[in-house]
Amino acid sequence: MLNYILRKLAYLVPTVIGISICAFAFVRLLPGDPILAMAGEHGVSPERYEILKEQFGYNAPIWQQYLQYLGNVLTGNFGVSLSTKRPVWNEFMALFPATLELAFFAMMFAVIVGIPAGIFSAIKRGSWFDQITMGIALTGYSMPIFWWGLLLIIFFSGTLGWTPVSGRIALNFFFKPITGFMTVDSLLYGNWPAFVSALRHLILPAIVLGTIPLAVIARQTRSAMLEVLGEDYIRTARAKGLPPARVTNVHALRNALIPVVTTIGLQVGMLMAGAILTETIFSWPGVGKWMIDSISKRDYVVVQSGLLLIALIVMAVNLLVDVLYAVINPRIRVR
Amino acid sequence: MALLEIENLSVGFDTSAGLFMAVQGIDMSVDSREVLAIVGESGSGKSVAMLAVMGLLPNTATVTADRMTFEGRDLLNMSGSDRRKIIGKDIAMIFQEPVASLNPCFTVGFQITETLRQHTNLGKKQRRERAIELLHLVGINDAAERLGAYPHQMSGGQCQRVMIAIAIACNPKLLIADEPTTALDVTIQKQILDLLIKLQERHGMGLIMITHDMGVVAETADRVVVQYKGRKMEEADVLTLFENPKSAYTRALLSALPENATGDRLPTVSDFHMEGSA
Amino acid sequence: MTETATTSAAKAPPTKTNQPNPRWAGLAEFWHYFSMNKGAVLGLVVFILLVLVAIFAPLIAPHSPDQQYRDAILVPPVWQDGGNPAFLLGTDPVGRDILSRLIHGARYSLFIGFFVVTGALVVGVTLGVLAGYFRGWVDVVIMRVMDIILAFPSLLLALVLVAILGPGLFNAMIAIALVLQPHFARLTRAAVMAESNREYVTASRVSGAGHFRLMMRTILPNCLAPLIVQATLSFSNAILEAAALGFLGMGAQPPTPEWGTMLASAREFIMRAPWVVTFPGLAILITVLAINLVGDGLRDALDPKLKRS
Repeated sequence: MLNYILRKLAYLVPTVIGISICAFAFVRLLPGDPILAMAGEHGVSPERYEILKEQFGYNAPIWQQYLQYLGNVLTGNFGVSLSTKRPVWNEFMALFPATLELAFFAMMFAVIVGIPAGIFSAIKRGSWFDQITMGIALTGYSMPIFWWGLLLIIFFSGTLGWTPVSGRIALNFFFKPITGFMTVDSLLYGNWPAFVSALRHLILPAIVLGTIPLAVIARQTRSAMLEVLGEDYIRTARAKGLPPARVTNVHALRNALIPVVTTIGLQVGMLMAGAILTETIFSWPGVGKWMIDSISKRDYVVVQSGLLLIALIVMAVNLLVDVLYAVINPRIRVR
Repeated sequence: MALLEIENLSVGFDTSAGLFMAVQGIDMSVDSREVLAIVGESGSGKSVAMLAVMGLLPNTATVTADRMTFEGRDLLNMSGSDRRKIIGKDIAMIFQEPVASLNPCFTVGFQITETLRQHTNLGKKQRRERAIELLHLVGINDAAERLGAYPHQMSGGQCQRVMIAIAIACNPKLLIADEPTTALDVTIQKQILDLLIKLQERHGMGLIMITHDMGVVAETADRVVVQYKGRKMEEADVLTLFENPKSAYTRALLSALPENATGDRLPTVSDFHMEGSA
Repeated sequence: MTETATTSAAKAPPTKTNQPNPRWAGLAEFWHYFSMNKGAVLGLVVFILLVLVAIFAPLIAPHSPDQQYRDAILVPPVWQDGGNPAFLLGTDPVGRDILSRLIHGARYSLFIGFFVVTGALVVGVTLGVLAGYFRGWVDVVIMRVMDIILAFPSLLLALVLVAILGPGLFNAMIAIALVLQPHFARLTRAAVMAESNREYVTASRVSGAGHFRLMMRTILPNCLAPLIVQATLSFSNAILEAAALGFLGMGAQPPTPEWGTMLASAREFIMRAPWVVTFPGLAILITVLAINLVGDGLRDALDPKLKRS
């Protein structure tokens, strides 16, 4: 088991190096001059320009610049944001919990609704429930999520006035973050109205972000269950005289969940992409919005480090999924 | 009174090409302590009839019969929950692909004790002891370690032994074996057949042996039913069947056995059909 | 002896005249399975209608997509108060007819789909065939590059690429094609590796077929089914990604009537004039849904394991 994990890690190392090279290269390729961008509106005199260029190492050969960059990253130095002048790492750590909280609730929504829907559709294959559910699922992943978000805002925030339009919590609540998660922090402070406010702000974005994973998980669960239900060991379970509920929920589900867990893991990568759009629409102060803003503002340092950090997180989640898969699949766990 | 009595059993399947009758008008009965072999080629409906008895057919199947009783109780119109009290306990079935018939996610011990948990009042410790006892009965020696093993760690023969252990866990009165040795190596086949016969004699069970292999029939059966395309062709005790077959199909089956070969070309069943119709 | 003679003569199959062309027979069988799926057929019909709408856009659209009617700004759809039958679906913030813009937008979306899928397919399949056929370090290098591309969230990578190349529809399409092609590469590689071990390939190689012929003529045709399914999936993904890029201002630039771009400028009006937001998104939804229905139908019809009787 440990061998399995170590092998997977070893396999990832070249990929991680490749990602860092890409992040480095992309930013070098972005149009515009980083020194001028740093200088801002004042502009900079030619002498100062040369001094800055030397100072930031732009005169060194490109491979040396890359190694410098790599060295910085390995020591935790991700540079200073050109637009806010704060260390990128601090900005990231301030914003990442927001995205994480949103992603968590979105995934909870997707799993809690998606898996039972998929199971039930498989059991009642061909019934109206099955057809409607799968129809909804297909529609869910055929929609542009930014449009879906806007529609929900129009209806729930505009017409019904039930939910707020933007932000993570109502403006009259302010407390120093402990974990960075609004829901957890408000509970830690014992502030019940704040907790409710945080939840109200979370509902729409979580539903919007979670719609595509919900659709994919529901479809995948259904197809995995259908395949498992046709297997010989299900017939054996029935032949033992076990109640149908047990056959489905214990014998079949355990096997069907194996590929579904992999799907859930892969969806996390999609969530990061979806977060960019969701956070933009709901003005959610997370990493996705940070990235798109930085790209428009030409804040190279943020783009470079942000790309690297996000890609690393996706890879870490994929690794976790691989390990989880090995744990729950006895054919791999036990030789 | 016969253990299992079937009269005029028919099973139809709803397919995209219309209604397909897999079994048409079959009669048979099995007594306790008796070994009945159902023999026929693929597609003869021999498994389907028994799956109908167990209630394991999908919803697309329609089962009709004049009579289908077990120990006098009507199986045909029995409710699902009543049927589940009988199958796995008084009637048990084992299948053709032993490794695929065991759940890959659960240990062997779990799968055996599950049957006990469902049908008996034994406590956890007693179930474990009974599981070890059953594994010994079916010829698996390091039983205590095997309890924690997963199906993929065991060979086909061992998995079939586990299946048999699960089947006899609650001392069933009738055991249905659907081609239990077809997927196994020839050397293991004999061991499994011997095991089945030994258990049958020891516990006084009725045993229905479904097979396409006339050799298995000769080795194990008391009586034989020959099926072809969903119909019963012949029924006789084993000696009479081999010495004096009445149906042309049975004769065709017997003459196709390599042991009965004469001349330089082995006759096939279709040869006889041609002859019969010509 | 005579019995065996007559039986063997009677058993000889009658000679077939007029055997149907195997290629048409395969197509007919495929259509039989495909048409059993009502949703897939509906999707195909809708898609064909969209293609027709796109082709005949200038003839069908009531107005020019760029024509701004200064006195008809933010007119609601015809069924609401203040609606105008000249503008069936209303007008946008600068007075352009939404229906006409949607109709012309179909051209862009379909073009995006075709262009991106073709690009991703050609590049991805080539890389996949090379990786799966030659194995060794060629395989390792190609697959690592694919892994790296797949490690970045797709939209993020597309955004960065577009930022490098400059905003615009063409660059957006290139970026999306690049982001989508690893799926084709992986699929092709897996299929090629599976097929390479089969006997017909060995037979072909033994009769002297060269690398190129083996790859293109022998192996690849047997890997088509999953590729076709992936192509339809990528078609719909391409439209969604292009719309997302347009929405973020990095794709097609205004005044191009691309559906995603239309949504970008509509954002501030969602409360005042919700129709400006609803209809372009609905157009995207219908198009992508139709393609996904067809994709599902294709997958069911082409994959024998999933065939339901």
